[in-house]
Parts: sequence; structure tokens; C-alpha cells
Amino acid sequence: MAVSQTRNLGLPLINLLRLKGVPILQQLHLEERLLRTSSDNWCIINDGTIDPTIVMGISGKPQELLEIESILRDDIPVIRRFTGGGTVIVDQGTIFVTFICNKDAVPGLQSYPQPIMSWSSLLYKKVFQGIEISGFARMIDYASCTAVVLSDYVLGDRKFGGNAQSITKNRWVHHTSFLWDYEISNMGYLKLPKRAPEYRQARDHLEFICRMKDYISRSSFIDRTIEAVGSEFLLRSAELEDAHCTLGSKFEPSSRLLRKQELGEAIFKSLTASQS
Amino acid sequence: MASKLWATRAASYLKISFQYRGFATVIKDLKYADSHEWVKVEGNSATVGITDHAQDHLGDVVYVELPDEGAEVKQGASFGAVESVKATSDINSPISGKVVEVNTKLNDSPGLVNASPYESGWIIKVEINNADEVKSLMDPDQYSKFCEEEDAKH
Repeated sequence: MAVSQTRNLGLPLINLLRLKGVPILQQLHLEERLLRTSSDNWCIINDGTIDPTIVMGISGKPQELLEIESILRDDIPVIRRFTGGGTVIVDQGTIFVTFICNKDAVPGLQSYPQPIMSWSSLLYKKVFQGIEISGFARMIDYASCTAVVLSDYVLGDRKFGGNAQSITKNRWVHHTSFLWDYEISNMGYLKLPKRAPEYRQARDHLEFICRMKDYISRSSFIDRTIEAVGSEFLLRSAELEDAHCTLGSKFEPSSRLLRKQELGEAIFKSLTASQS
Repeated sequence: MASKLWATRAASYLKISFQYRGFATVIKDLKYADSHEWVKVEGNSATVGITDHAQDHLGDVVYVELPDEGAEVKQGASFGAVESVKATSDINSPISGKVVEVNTKLNDSPGLVNASPYESGWIIKVEINNADEVKSLMDPDQYSKFCEEEDAKH
């Protein structure tokens, strides 16, 4: 792995935290704490999470997004996270990459959703440069149907990664879950979302997503990501203990596991809605 | 134009165009915070929302997280959030006091924040503690200039 650290004049410092198999709720709590109580820049890479878990965005409605009866039957945990965006089911085949930055960390970048997504798309362009798919060598982000935004990472017209953000007065988080691999059966827990980008064209999950493992090895993706980050920041390796040391003890993260009772109530809401 | 550098680089690569306006509407008689919220003070009562500049840069608002009535708000601190384009963005209070009313219409119609940021898209009403806090906020001309300078830097 060749990490560029020679070009360090004027590059902002970023703490690189490499994790493996950390539960996604623990990762989200860490991210929220670092956003709200740290003044450092952080890049967190979590290589897989232990148990299959559903993660909804802040405004997600279970009755609209989830096959709740199957989820309750199979005891799949459901989390509501602190960032916006859609619903994913993550497991050990998912690779998470998160940036937590001060608003002036990236020169010329205004801390609003679209500029931040523009910046990250160009960073990941470096990661995926040269990936060949059936004669293409192209990675593009598509616009959503409601606004001109950069939303998903696709190969061809199949999504392999999605991102979401949280922006405070002076800092922002941009996190991405990459589908390096996934279980076909897990996708059955998710309904077709009402709000979806135009390019999805009402395709169900299995017709809409693809596996990164068909195009790039796990270690190569992570190494390339670190190299790309190193081209924009001065990397400093950090351990989980370093992250916990900097955290304020009073802060309570908002990302949480939904209780079974809440999911049961959501079934009732959907039945009531369908009868009215 | 917001974040011209990153927007145009990405747009050129992706062959798409961004739809930011080059100006933001400001309303006289309101005061403005540098985090792009506005406040209308009438006696010891204040109405708070986000500015036209903010709603334009955030994109279509799909959800507003409102505080509870009775909650305390503090000048400069966050009291709620808006969701747009897969991002939650803090809303910070330009004034300290107690929340006496929240705009519950935003629960079903969050897009009011975009369509009418200074009127029907208001977010909270506050019983203010200290009217002098308003003096630290910007008037319409100062805020317009602030927005231009901020956009020009990026």
C-alpha cells in the first residue's frame, strides 16, 4: 500500500480509524459523538459489521419501508440513524467509510449536502479509476428525480453504495455503506421505497444493486480508499481508544434500536392506513 | 454560487448542471444569524425560521425535526433539524428563550420551508429572555452581503 504522505504541506490532518466487524450501532454512536464533541477530522473505515441489521434514515417510517412481519419473525434489529437518507440492510459484506470533518477542513468546500457529495464523488472517482465492467471504465453518480443532486454510487445502472450526511454549525459527517457483498435473502426485508431516484425505474432490490466483489477485492478497495484520502489529508493512524479518549461524557447519541413494540405499532399503522 | 469549485468540477466530470440561484431573498424588519436563520421580534415574542439562502442551498426539505413546546432554546445552539438530500442539517436558534409554539404544518408539509421560508415555513415561536441578544444579529443588508461573501469564497 503506497500512502502518499510526502506531500504534507498545507494538508489538513485526519485521524484514520480502521475497524473490523464493529456493530453498526456502535459505529453510529461513535460517529455522532465525534461529530458533536471532537474538533479533529476523522476517517473511519469499518470492514463489515457482525450481524445483519436494518438501518433507516432519521425520518424513515417502518410501515412504508420494511417488511415488518418478516423482520419480527427473524429477529432482525432495526436502527434509526442520525443522518438523512434511505434504508439499507448491512452485514459482514458491507464496508463502511465515514468522514467527520470541520467545515473548513476541505478548502473551498461549503458545508451543504450537495457540495459535500460532490467532493466525496471526486474522491471515490480516484478509488474506482480504471475499474473495468464489460468494456466500460466508468463510475457515475446519477441525479435524483426531485433535485439535481449526487446521490448513489453505481456501476452501469446498478447501485453498489449509498451515502448520507449530518451537518452541524461547524462540522459535518458524510458516511457511505458499500455493498462489497450481500445476501440475496436479506433484501427481502426491504420494501420498494416511495422516494427513489428516477434511474431506479421501480426496479426491486435485486435488479437495482450489484456487488463490488465482482469488480474489486476487499483489501484493494480499502487500500485505494486510504490512498485517496491521503491525497487530500495528512493521515494519522488512530485506535478506538484514541477516539474514546477525546469524547465528552455528557453527550447522548440519538441513533437507536427500534423496540419490537414500535415495530408492532407500525404494522398497526399500515393496516389502519390501508383500510382508510 | 454555492461551492462553485467542487460543484463545477463534479458537474464537468458527471456532465450534469447544478441549479443554485445566484441570489437570496432577504426580508426587511427581520434579523439574521450567520448560520442562516432569521428571527422576527415582536415585543417579547419571536418567530424563527431558516432563510431563503439556506433553503436554496439545502435542497428539497423532506422532514423537519421540531422541538417540544416548552423546550428552552439558546442563542447559537441547535434546537432541531431539517432533512434534505439525504442530510440532516441543524437549525440553530438566533435567540434564547422558551418555545411556545411549533409549526406543526411542517410535519405533513415540510416543503413549506422551501416554498415560503419567511412566512408559512416558519419553524418555532419563542418567548424571549433577553431582547438585547438581537443586537448581535445582522440586519437585512448585512446578511445579504454576508451571503454574497460566503458564496464567493467557495
